[in-house]
Amino acid sequence: MLDVAVVRFPGSNSDFDALRAAEAVGARSYFVWHRDTDLQGADVVILPGGFSYGDYLRAGAIARFSPVMQAVQRHAAGGGPVLGICNGFQILCEAHLLPGALMRNAGLHFVSKPVDLIVERNDTPFTAAFAVGTRVRLPVAHGEGRFLASDDTLRMLEAEGRVVLRYVAETEGSPWQPNPNGSAAHIAGIRNAAGNVVGIMPHPERADEPVLGLADGRGFFTSMAAWKSQRSTEKVSKQ
Amino acid sequence: MTYHVNVRVMPRAGLLDPQGQAVEHALSALGFGEAAGVRIGRAIQLEVAAPSRAEAEARARQMCDKLLANPVTEDYLLQVEES
Repeated sequence: MLDVAVVRFPGSNSDFDALRAAEAVGARSYFVWHRDTDLQGADVVILPGGFSYGDYLRAGAIARFSPVMQAVQRHAAGGGPVLGICNGFQILCEAHLLPGALMRNAGLHFVSKPVDLIVERNDTPFTAAFAVGTRVRLPVAHGEGRFLASDDTLRMLEAEGRVVLRYVAETEGSPWQPNPNGSAAHIAGIRNAAGNVVGIMPHPERADEPVLGLADGRGFFTSMAAWKSQRSTEKVSKQ
Repeated sequence: MTYHVNVRVMPRAGLLDPQGQAVEHALSALGFGEAAGVRIGRAIQLEVAAPSRAEAEARARQMCDKLLANPVTEDYLLQVEES
Protein backbone atom coordinates (compact mmCIF):
# COMPACT_ATOMS: atom_id res chain seq x y z
CA MET A 1 0.00 0.00 0.00
CA LEU A 2 1.09 3.54 -0.73
CA ASP A 3 1.93 5.47 2.44
CA VAL A 4 1.69 9.23 2.04
CA ALA A 5 2.92 11.63 4.74
CA VAL A 6 1.46 15.13 4.61
CA VAL A 7 3.67 17.56 6.54
CA ARG A 8 1.86 20.17 8.61
CA PHE A 9 3.57 23.41 9.51
CA PRO A 10 1.94 26.14 11.58
CA GLY A 11 -0.02 27.93 8.86
CA SER A 12 -0.33 25.04 6.41
CA ASN A 13 -3.55 24.77 4.47
CA SER A 14 -4.97 22.31 1.96
CA ASP A 15 -3.40 19.69 4.23
CA PHE A 16 -6.71 17.87 4.65
CA ASP A 17 -7.29 18.15 0.91
CA ALA A 18 -3.96 16.45 0.25
CA LEU A 19 -4.76 13.75 2.81
CA ARG A 20 -8.16 13.09 1.23
CA ALA A 21 -6.89 13.18 -2.34
CA ALA A 22 -4.28 10.54 -1.46
CA GLU A 23 -6.90 8.38 0.28
CA ALA A 24 -9.07 8.65 -2.83
CA VAL A 25 -6.49 6.65 -4.79
CA GLY A 26 -6.25 4.01 -2.06
CA ALA A 27 -3.29 5.40 -0.13
CA ARG A 28 -2.84 5.31 3.61
CA SER A 29 -2.23 8.96 4.35
CA TYR A 30 -1.41 10.67 7.60
CA PHE A 31 -0.13 13.94 8.98
CA VAL A 32 3.41 14.55 10.16
CA TRP A 33 3.92 17.57 12.43
CA HIS A 34 6.70 20.04 11.71
CA ARG A 35 8.43 19.12 14.97
CA ASP A 36 8.44 15.41 14.14
CA THR A 37 11.68 13.85 13.02
CA ASP A 38 10.22 10.59 11.72
CA LEU A 39 8.21 10.21 8.50
CA GLN A 40 6.92 6.83 9.70
CA GLY A 41 8.17 4.97 6.68
CA ALA A 42 6.35 7.14 4.16
CA ASP A 43 6.71 6.27 0.48
CA VAL A 44 5.75 9.77 -0.60
CA VAL A 45 5.97 13.09 1.25
CA ILE A 46 3.71 16.01 0.43
CA LEU A 47 4.52 19.54 1.57
CA PRO A 48 1.15 21.27 1.29
CA GLY A 49 0.26 24.85 0.56
CA GLY A 50 -0.46 27.67 2.96
CA PHE A 51 1.59 30.21 4.83
CA SER A 52 3.99 28.25 6.98
CA TYR A 53 5.22 30.31 9.92
CA GLY A 54 3.17 33.20 8.59
CA ASP A 55 5.50 33.54 5.57
CA TYR A 56 7.72 35.54 7.94
CA LEU A 57 10.95 36.80 6.38
CA ARG A 58 10.23 35.03 3.04
CA ALA A 59 7.73 32.36 2.09
CA GLY A 60 9.20 29.02 3.12
CA ALA A 61 12.33 30.51 4.70
CA ILE A 62 11.57 29.49 8.29
CA ALA A 63 9.89 26.17 7.50
CA ARG A 64 13.13 25.06 5.91
CA PHE A 65 14.74 24.85 9.35
CA SER A 66 11.99 22.89 11.09
CA PRO A 67 12.98 19.47 12.46
CA VAL A 68 10.81 17.57 9.98
CA MET A 69 12.69 19.07 7.03
CA GLN A 70 15.81 17.14 8.01
CA ALA A 71 13.79 13.95 7.65
CA VAL A 72 12.43 15.20 4.33
CA GLN A 73 15.99 15.97 3.15
CA ARG A 74 17.05 12.41 4.01
CA HIS A 75 13.98 10.96 2.31
CA ALA A 76 14.72 12.98 -0.82
CA ALA A 77 18.43 12.12 -0.78
CA GLY A 78 17.48 8.43 -0.71
CA GLY A 79 15.37 8.85 -3.84
CA GLY A 80 12.04 9.12 -2.02
CA PRO A 81 9.38 11.14 -3.84
CA VAL A 82 8.59 14.60 -2.44
CA LEU A 83 5.88 16.85 -3.83
CA GLY A 84 5.79 20.50 -2.78
CA ILE A 85 2.57 22.27 -3.61
CA CYS A 86 2.47 26.08 -3.61
CA ASN A 87 4.02 27.00 -0.24
CA GLY A 88 5.55 23.51 -0.34
CA PHE A 89 7.29 24.51 -3.60
CA GLN A 90 8.56 27.67 -1.91
CA ILE A 91 9.91 25.58 0.98
CA LEU A 92 11.69 23.17 -1.41
CA CYS A 93 13.42 26.12 -3.09
CA GLU A 94 14.43 27.67 0.23
CA ALA A 95 15.74 24.25 1.33
CA HIS A 96 17.81 24.05 -1.91
CA LEU A 97 16.09 20.80 -2.86
CA LEU A 98 15.02 22.68 -5.97
CA PRO A 99 16.79 25.60 -7.67
CA GLY A 100 15.45 29.13 -8.03
CA ALA A 101 13.00 31.12 -5.94
CA LEU A 102 9.37 32.19 -5.95
CA MET A 103 8.82 35.92 -5.82
CA ARG A 104 5.92 38.33 -5.45
CA ASN A 105 3.51 38.00 -8.40
CA ALA A 106 4.28 40.47 -11.16
CA GLY A 107 0.78 41.94 -10.94
CA LEU A 108 1.05 42.22 -7.13
CA HIS A 109 -2.38 40.58 -6.77
CA PHE A 110 -2.97 37.40 -4.87
CA VAL A 111 -4.17 35.18 -7.73
CA SER A 112 -6.85 32.61 -6.96
CA LYS A 113 -8.38 31.05 -10.06
CA PRO A 114 -8.13 28.08 -12.39
CA VAL A 115 -5.29 28.15 -14.89
CA ASP A 116 -4.40 26.01 -17.89
CA LEU A 117 -1.09 24.20 -17.87
CA ILE A 118 0.89 21.79 -20.01
CA VAL A 119 2.40 18.68 -18.45
CA GLU A 120 5.88 18.58 -19.97
CA ARG A 121 7.40 15.65 -18.11
CA ASN A 122 5.88 12.34 -17.13
CA ASP A 123 9.09 10.79 -15.80
CA THR A 124 8.33 11.82 -12.22
CA PRO A 125 6.40 9.91 -9.54
CA PHE A 126 3.73 12.63 -9.70
CA THR A 127 3.07 13.02 -13.41
CA ALA A 128 3.52 9.52 -14.84
CA ALA A 129 -0.23 9.19 -15.42
CA PHE A 130 -0.20 12.02 -17.97
CA ALA A 131 0.93 11.90 -21.57
CA VAL A 132 3.58 14.55 -22.29
CA GLY A 133 1.85 17.61 -23.69
CA THR A 134 -1.42 17.01 -21.84
CA ARG A 135 -3.25 20.22 -21.11
CA VAL A 136 -4.66 20.31 -17.58
CA ARG A 137 -6.76 22.84 -15.70
CA LEU A 138 -5.93 23.34 -12.03
CA PRO A 139 -6.52 26.08 -9.47
CA VAL A 140 -3.73 28.38 -8.31
CA ALA A 141 -3.92 30.46 -5.12
CA HIS A 142 -0.79 32.42 -4.34
CA GLY A 143 0.70 35.87 -3.88
CA GLU A 144 4.27 34.74 -4.47
CA GLY A 145 4.40 32.34 -7.37
CA ARG A 146 6.65 34.08 -9.85
CA PHE A 147 9.40 31.55 -10.45
CA LEU A 148 12.78 33.14 -10.88
CA ALA A 149 16.27 31.76 -11.31
CA SER A 150 19.54 32.92 -12.80
CA ASP A 151 19.84 32.72 -16.59
CA ASP A 152 22.26 29.82 -16.20
CA THR A 153 19.82 27.92 -13.99
CA LEU A 154 16.95 28.57 -16.39
CA ARG A 155 19.04 27.28 -19.30
CA MET A 156 19.99 24.22 -17.27
CA LEU A 157 16.35 23.49 -16.35
CA GLU A 158 15.37 23.62 -20.01
CA ALA A 159 18.39 21.67 -21.24
CA GLU A 160 17.86 18.90 -18.70
CA GLY A 161 14.12 18.79 -19.23
CA ARG A 162 13.32 19.68 -15.66
CA VAL A 163 10.30 21.88 -16.30
CA VAL A 164 7.40 19.65 -15.29
CA LEU A 165 4.49 22.07 -15.61
CA ARG A 166 4.20 25.23 -17.67
CA TYR A 167 1.39 27.77 -17.87
CA VAL A 168 -0.10 27.83 -21.35
CA ALA A 169 1.60 30.54 -23.32
CA GLU A 170 -1.47 31.87 -25.04
CA THR A 171 -5.08 32.60 -24.13
CA GLU A 172 -6.48 30.79 -27.12
CA GLY A 173 -8.98 28.20 -26.00
CA SER A 174 -8.81 29.34 -22.40
CA PRO A 175 -11.08 31.76 -20.58
CA TRP A 176 -8.20 32.49 -18.21
CA GLN A 177 -5.09 34.55 -18.72
CA PRO A 178 -1.88 32.65 -19.30
CA ASN A 179 0.95 32.85 -16.78
CA PRO A 180 -0.89 34.37 -13.82
CA ASN A 181 2.21 35.62 -11.99
CA GLY A 182 4.90 36.62 -14.50
CA SER A 183 6.89 33.44 -13.93
CA ALA A 184 10.10 33.06 -15.95
CA ALA A 185 9.53 30.98 -19.10
CA HIS A 186 5.92 30.41 -17.89
CA ILE A 187 7.28 27.86 -15.42
CA ALA A 188 4.69 26.46 -13.00
CA GLY A 189 6.56 23.41 -11.74
CA ILE A 190 10.04 21.88 -11.82
CA ARG A 191 11.82 18.77 -10.68
CA ASN A 192 15.27 18.00 -9.29
CA ALA A 193 17.92 16.25 -11.37
CA ALA A 194 16.88 12.79 -10.18
CA GLY A 195 13.21 13.51 -10.77
CA ASN A 196 11.99 12.44 -7.33
CA VAL A 197 11.52 15.97 -5.95
CA VAL A 198 8.86 18.06 -7.68
CA GLY A 199 7.55 21.53 -6.82
CA ILE A 200 4.43 23.00 -8.41
CA MET A 201 2.41 26.16 -7.82
CA PRO A 202 -1.09 24.84 -8.74
CA HIS A 203 -3.17 22.74 -6.36
CA PRO A 204 -4.02 19.26 -7.73
CA GLU A 205 -5.36 18.24 -4.31
CA ARG A 206 -8.15 20.81 -4.63
CA ALA A 207 -9.18 19.57 -8.06
CA ASP A 208 -9.41 15.81 -8.13
CA GLU A 209 -13.16 15.11 -8.29
CA PRO A 210 -15.79 16.25 -10.80
CA VAL A 211 -17.87 17.50 -7.87
CA LEU A 212 -15.11 20.03 -7.14
CA GLY A 213 -15.51 21.47 -10.62
CA LEU A 214 -12.07 20.36 -11.78
CA ALA A 215 -10.73 16.82 -11.75
CA ASP A 216 -7.37 16.96 -13.56
CA GLY A 217 -5.52 16.90 -10.23
CA ARG A 218 -6.40 13.25 -9.72
CA GLY A 219 -3.61 12.23 -12.12
CA PHE A 220 -0.95 13.46 -9.69
CA PHE A 221 -2.27 11.04 -7.08
CA THR A 222 -2.85 8.06 -9.38
CA SER A 223 0.76 8.63 -10.52
CA MET A 224 1.95 8.18 -6.92
CA ALA A 225 -0.06 4.97 -6.57
CA ALA A 226 1.33 3.66 -9.87
CA TRP A 227 4.87 4.59 -8.79
CA LYS A 228 4.42 2.58 -5.59
CA SER A 229 2.99 -0.51 -7.26
CA GLN A 230 5.72 -0.44 -9.89
CA ARG A 231 8.34 -0.24 -7.17
CA SER A 232 6.73 -3.14 -5.27
CA THR A 233 6.78 -5.22 -8.45
CA GLU A 234 10.46 -4.40 -8.98
CA LYS A 235 11.22 -5.50 -5.40
CA VAL A 236 9.40 -8.79 -5.85
CA SER A 237 11.14 -9.56 -9.12
CA LYS A 238 14.53 -8.85 -7.53
CA GLN A 239 13.92 -11.36 -4.73
CA MET B 1 31.41 42.87 23.34
CA THR B 2 27.99 43.35 21.92
CA TYR B 3 27.67 44.78 18.45
CA HIS B 4 24.68 46.38 16.88
CA VAL B 5 24.15 45.01 13.39
CA ASN B 6 21.97 46.60 10.74
CA VAL B 7 21.16 44.50 7.71
CA ARG B 8 19.61 46.00 4.62
CA VAL B 9 18.19 43.41 2.24
CA MET B 10 17.22 44.61 -1.25
CA PRO B 11 15.82 42.86 -4.30
CA ARG B 12 18.74 42.33 -6.66
CA ALA B 13 19.29 45.16 -9.12
CA GLY B 14 17.66 44.43 -12.44
CA LEU B 15 15.00 42.15 -11.00
CA LEU B 16 11.40 43.18 -11.31
CA ASP B 17 10.19 44.69 -8.03
CA PRO B 18 6.40 44.91 -8.35
CA GLN B 19 6.05 46.45 -4.88
CA GLY B 20 8.45 49.23 -5.77
CA GLN B 21 6.64 49.83 -9.05
CA ALA B 22 3.26 50.06 -7.32
CA VAL B 23 4.60 52.55 -4.78
CA GLU B 24 6.20 54.58 -7.54
CA HIS B 25 2.83 54.79 -9.31
CA ALA B 26 1.15 55.82 -6.06
CA LEU B 27 3.76 58.54 -5.50
CA SER B 28 3.19 59.80 -9.02
CA ALA B 29 -0.58 59.86 -8.42
CA LEU B 30 0.06 61.95 -5.29
CA GLY B 31 1.92 64.54 -7.34
CA PHE B 32 5.45 63.28 -6.72
CA GLY B 33 6.18 62.68 -10.38
CA GLU B 34 9.87 63.30 -9.76
CA ALA B 35 10.21 60.03 -7.78
CA ALA B 36 11.78 57.25 -9.81
CA GLY B 37 13.53 53.95 -9.29
CA VAL B 38 11.52 53.01 -6.19
CA ARG B 39 12.60 49.67 -4.78
CA ILE B 40 11.41 48.03 -1.60
CA GLY B 41 13.57 45.89 0.63
CA ARG B 42 13.77 44.99 4.27
CA ALA B 43 15.71 46.24 7.26
CA ILE B 44 16.73 43.85 10.01
CA GLN B 45 18.51 44.86 13.19
CA LEU B 46 20.08 42.59 15.74
CA GLU B 47 22.60 42.48 18.56
CA VAL B 48 25.54 40.15 18.14
CA ALA B 49 27.85 39.16 20.98
CA ALA B 50 31.35 38.63 19.61
CA PRO B 51 34.97 39.08 20.73
CA SER B 52 35.68 41.58 17.97
CA ARG B 53 33.99 43.73 15.40
CA ALA B 54 35.42 41.60 12.58
CA GLU B 55 34.07 38.46 14.19
CA ALA B 56 30.64 40.06 14.64
CA GLU B 57 30.59 41.02 10.98
CA ALA B 58 31.71 37.57 9.86
CA ARG B 59 28.95 35.91 11.89
CA ALA B 60 26.35 38.37 10.64
CA ARG B 61 27.45 37.67 7.09
CA GLN B 62 26.87 33.95 7.66
CA MET B 63 23.41 34.73 9.03
CA CYS B 64 22.62 36.67 5.88
CA ASP B 65 23.92 33.95 3.57
CA LYS B 66 22.02 31.21 5.40
CA LEU B 67 18.74 32.86 6.28
CA LEU B 68 18.28 36.62 6.27
CA ALA B 69 18.68 37.08 2.50
CA ASN B 70 17.87 34.79 -0.40
CA PRO B 71 21.02 34.50 -2.50
CA VAL B 72 18.94 33.87 -5.64
CA THR B 73 17.02 37.12 -5.56
CA GLU B 74 18.42 39.49 -2.95
CA ASP B 75 21.54 41.43 -2.05
CA TYR B 76 22.36 42.69 1.41
CA LEU B 77 24.39 45.40 3.08
CA LEU B 78 25.79 45.04 6.59
CA GLN B 79 26.55 47.77 9.07
CA VAL B 80 28.23 46.84 12.35
CA GLU B 81 28.58 49.27 15.27
CA GLU B 82 29.65 48.92 18.86
CA SER B 83 26.57 49.20 20.98
